[in-house]
Amino acid sequence: MEKLQRHFQDQLDGLSEKVLVMGGCVEETIGNVVSALVGRDSELARRVIRDDEQVDRFDLEIDQLGMEILGLHQPVARDLRFVITAMKITNDLERIADLCTNVAERAIELNAEPQLKPFIDIPLMARRAQQMVRGALDAFVQRDAAAARAVIAMDDELDERMEQVFRELLSFMTEDPKTTTRALRLMFVAKYFERMGDQATNIGEQIVFMAEGRVIKHPAITADDGLSGTS
Amino acid sequence: MIENPILTVDNLSLWYGKSRALHGITLGIPEKKITAFIGPSGCGKSTLLRCFNRMNDLVDDVRTEGTILFEGASIHVPKLDVNALRSRIGMVFQKSNPFPKSIYENVAFGCRIQGINRRHDLDPIVERSLRSAALWDEAKDRLHESALGLYGGQQQRLCIARAIAVEPEVILLDEPCSALDPIATAKVEELMLDLKSRYTLVIVTHNMQQATRVSDYTAFLYLGTMVEYGETQRLFINPSKKQTEDYITGRFG
Repeated sequence: MEKLQRHFQDQLDGLSEKVLVMGGCVEETIGNVVSALVGRDSELARRVIRDDEQVDRFDLEIDQLGMEILGLHQPVARDLRFVITAMKITNDLERIADLCTNVAERAIELNAEPQLKPFIDIPLMARRAQQMVRGALDAFVQRDAAAARAVIAMDDELDERMEQVFRELLSFMTEDPKTTTRALRLMFVAKYFERMGDQATNIGEQIVFMAEGRVIKHPAITADDGLSGTS
Repeated sequence: MIENPILTVDNLSLWYGKSRALHGITLGIPEKKITAFIGPSGCGKSTLLRCFNRMNDLVDDVRTEGTILFEGASIHVPKLDVNALRSRIGMVFQKSNPFPKSIYENVAFGCRIQGINRRHDLDPIVERSLRSAALWDEAKDRLHESALGLYGGQQQRLCIARAIAVEPEVILLDEPCSALDPIATAKVEELMLDLKSRYTLVIVTHNMQQATRVSDYTAFLYLGTMVEYGETQRLFINPSKKQTEDYITGRFG
């Protein structure tokens, strides 16, 4: 019995470990891609694009391991919520890495032209997205719903900064239409970082479910239909 | 929590001699649903099940306190006809126990006790019961052969047919699949799902996957107390008590 339990626990720990390593990779990628952008380093941007394959590999491995645990051990209660969460947040992490490759592609395009303006808000957005991912991973390991909620609360700042970037770039474009291409590329970049915040928010919501068994996403529906899991 | 329960247990305690097996159990069994009792060996789940049709009366030195209402009426009133109660609340045991009679006579047994003896009346009851127990196709050509010639899973379905024949309202199942292989188990489980449109089922099981597969409600008992009771899907995804969580995730028990 004890041995069986330990074998199962080892598998859960292995899954947790893989999610963490994958998350660490994604966190680092956000840092790299913003360096590539701000430092106008196309070589680094190309490396970000190449490295995405590693994240995809983790995505597949975690799916496989999660399915094995579900199929062979039929976990229930907190173990079930943990495995489901690991498998779901992997999707979000993988998506964040994809957004990083999108940023890298735009960076390479931008590097082919003179710099439009100094980077101010976008590096802040990147740092905030990175903090959200790191906070979400910590919350995942600690099964800490309060920490997950703190991650979710950080998303507003990203939304506000994107609005600010939008207004600023709009003024560039109206003053001088020749800047439109670069300004649009930068607008995409801001949007990508804002999306990363949304993905990290999803992760935070999923971790609240894991820790409390409470569904907090889509509140309008879950409250009405009794889908919040607290009934 | 349970609206209009068919069985209502209120503060039920039970002693075997001096040892107390149940501690103030309170719960309602919903009608035409499957309710599972789970918990480690010796937690009182079979004892509780046997209270519902007063099977514990057959054990010496048993004393109970508290009440059980069946459709609103106490099952402990002195004048109650216990045989009548047991025909309304039937039971299927862990080890299939067909009588050493023909398949037909096994199913007809309860009806004969009730005074139904004519073939004309019995034939349709036997057929209907065997059909309900998903045994008709396998048994129809050998109705008058000994029931002991059936294999384990068929014998268990025969016992279910025998319980159904007297048209009970509730069927109690005490680990009905623990002696069966996975295919026979699956047949009995499927049968249970079929039966719940017409009967209330209460099942004691050691197999938690069985509880999750078939039951609508689950009660977790531990050391004679009811730790947690609720909808099966909630109890197995997000139990509210740590003891429940530890037991169902295999961390103790």
